[in-house]
Amino acid sequence: MIYLDNSATTKTHPDVISVMTDVMNNIYGNPSSLHGLGVKAERLVEQARRVIAKKLDCHPSEILFTSGGTEANNLAIKGVADQLQSRGRHLITTSVEHPSVFEVMKQLEEKGWKVTYLPVDSWGRVSPDAVEKALTDETVLVSIMHVNNEVGTIQPIHEIGQRLAKYPKILFHVDAVQSFAKIPLKPKQAGIDLLSVSAHKFHGPKGIGALYIRKNVEITPLLVGGGQERGFRSGTHHVPGIAGMAKAVVLTEQQTNFLARCQEWKESFLDHITSKLQPVLVNGDVTGEGTAPYIISLSFPGLKSEVLVHALEEEGVFVSSKSACSSKLETPSRVLKAMGRTDQEALSSIRISMGYDTTKEEIEQCAEALIRVVPKLQQVVKVR
Amino acid sequence: MAIYLDHAATTPLDPRVREVMLPYLTDFFGNPSSIHRFGREVRQAIDRARMQVADALQADPSRIVFTSGGTEADNLAIIGVAAWYKEQGKNHVITSQIEHHAVLDACKYLEREGFQVTYLPVDSQGMIRLADLQQAITPQTSLISIMYGNNEVGTIQPIQEIGEIARSKGVLFHTDAVQAFGMEEINVEQLPVDLMTVSAHKINGPKGVGALYFSKNVHLLPRVFGGAQEKRRRPGTENVPGIVGFGKAAEIAKAERTQHREHMWHLRKRFLDELTAQGVSFVVNGHPDLTLPHICNISFPGMETETLLINFDLEGIACSSSSACTSGTLTVSHVLKAMRLPEERTRSAVRFSFGKGNTELEMEQAAEKTAKIIRRLTTS
Repeated sequence: MIYLDNSATTKTHPDVISVMTDVMNNIYGNPSSLHGLGVKAERLVEQARRVIAKKLDCHPSEILFTSGGTEANNLAIKGVADQLQSRGRHLITTSVEHPSVFEVMKQLEEKGWKVTYLPVDSWGRVSPDAVEKALTDETVLVSIMHVNNEVGTIQPIHEIGQRLAKYPKILFHVDAVQSFAKIPLKPKQAGIDLLSVSAHKFHGPKGIGALYIRKNVEITPLLVGGGQERGFRSGTHHVPGIAGMAKAVVLTEQQTNFLARCQEWKESFLDHITSKLQPVLVNGDVTGEGTAPYIISLSFPGLKSEVLVHALEEEGVFVSSKSACSSKLETPSRVLKAMGRTDQEALSSIRISMGYDTTKEEIEQCAEALIRVVPKLQQVVKVR
Repeated sequence: MAIYLDHAATTPLDPRVREVMLPYLTDFFGNPSSIHRFGREVRQAIDRARMQVADALQADPSRIVFTSGGTEADNLAIIGVAAWYKEQGKNHVITSQIEHHAVLDACKYLEREGFQVTYLPVDSQGMIRLADLQQAITPQTSLISIMYGNNEVGTIQPIQEIGEIARSKGVLFHTDAVQAFGMEEINVEQLPVDLMTVSAHKINGPKGVGALYFSKNVHLLPRVFGGAQEKRRRPGTENVPGIVGFGKAAEIAKAERTQHREHMWHLRKRFLDELTAQGVSFVVNGHPDLTLPHICNISFPGMETETLLINFDLEGIACSSSSACTSGTLTVSHVLKAMRLPEERTRSAVRFSFGKGNTELEMEQAAEKTAKIIRRLTTS
């Protein structure tokens, strides 16, 4: 059984589970309670906050815990939009964002906001020039993801941050769900005001995420009542989840050559696949530099993503069609379409995504499985 | 060994719940939205948990939305319903002065958004008056949100009657049943309630998960946008272990409700009798009969809440001033204020809340320690 759908979710690390079960068994207090058990739980939450702050090179008070990446993205965008609407009602994003950004933008449009969806090139990259050109006097927020969840494209966040530094009133939000704890990105160095992360994408638990929010940035909360998280996010803390997330961050520190080994495996995987299978298209930056090495997106024009995913499942290999959050919809991927792929190409894509526990053998076996499966399916639908 | 009497703040995880959660942390770690087997397995587990929670409320599973907890469910119910019905010219919401902050702050948010909100007063036992409610309803009223059982004093509101009034006026009725769930018999099919909030960590389930029940006639605007999870009413990758744990906790709560409730009445009586026997001078706040048995709010006239709490903590008794959710602040509880109790009562109130693990012996010990503390503070 080879699990290569780590961009959808990852297997929780055993050490994370130990921490969580320990917390569940022993530290069950409500961190808002004033008695000893509450204080114990609160200390744990604050310790976890410091771990995440250290990873992002920021102050612990700049980290808010949320129920996950979706909530963090919603809170960042809606929170800024609501807070700054008197200044202007224009937002800038890209056409390749995750649904938790894209759908928020759509909803704000319905409420009368102007949203610019910047186009991307054939590799899925947005141009920093285009970002700057799209700015107007009305612009209050730019929201651009770091690593794309479907194809792995890395956006030029530092360059965009530099351009935006000239406009200190315009806030910059980055959805770093697919990159956090994998590809370094320090918000202060990159001129980022808000940054979303999610624990279950790096072997942490589900149901927990965080939002970095730069000191002095004010946002309107999404959840009110209780005043936890400095009033930005009310609700009893998910203590075992928070502790588990911090443990997962600490564990990533032990990974020293994750990106390098993924890059190496990805290159030989692609060499192998492209030499044995036709037609096949690699989505994203083929040279490798501008794409997260742990995500591989391929299109097999003529085949259907879902059929391919199920055929690989028969071989014991688990990959996905596109993002898990939209995989039940039989429409061509919005991301691939934005990159200029045809409907046929976009409907035939699969995503192979690696985690910290992925091995070289698994990637090789995935290639072998594809080489077995694809020609059979092509024969059935007479692609060749 | 400390005696934990703060179950209204949060409860320890039932080991049976933990056991069903563990496989979903280890082996079944897939994303429920994935179309392959890893996804399908956990999708089924979520469906099963939804049935368990629905069953505990006697609701149809399709009427349950999982959220990150009670606060989010309250927010979704109140802001979601108000926002939807605003488009039909309805801009009025009715609630009470003694709601949990998740409800009160959601209502304050609505006020900032231009809504009218009526905060119904309560009597000295924490009960709203139905006549006040009748009077408050206008043609612009879209929603009434009144909690089932109060989290600070335990008073149970006349839910049936409130619901009947709401129905007769064509107004939706939401109730925050976070504290009542697992204690009172709840049948949303029969109860004239349109929306109900429940939370897992108050019934010995995990933190980070709750649910909103909403009947078929309810429309609401989501608060969070993204993927297609929870039929778009609450997107985001599901907290699978949490949801599975909630399902099991709800199943246990339903199966053991009667005996648990009896146990709570028993402990309550035991604690109060023992306090009396020890010669402690105290007053119980709230309603003597129409109350959640596990919440016991007691004033010790002449004492100060803060001093009492420090002493309780030193003596190894975990209890609280009011709700934990007022996050470390020690101000006079808005609930006791609304009950217009004399100052010597509001300033000396302590909430003891009982739960599953508590024993009769603990009640005796807690009462003894209380007496000891009161004596110490009186003589010093």
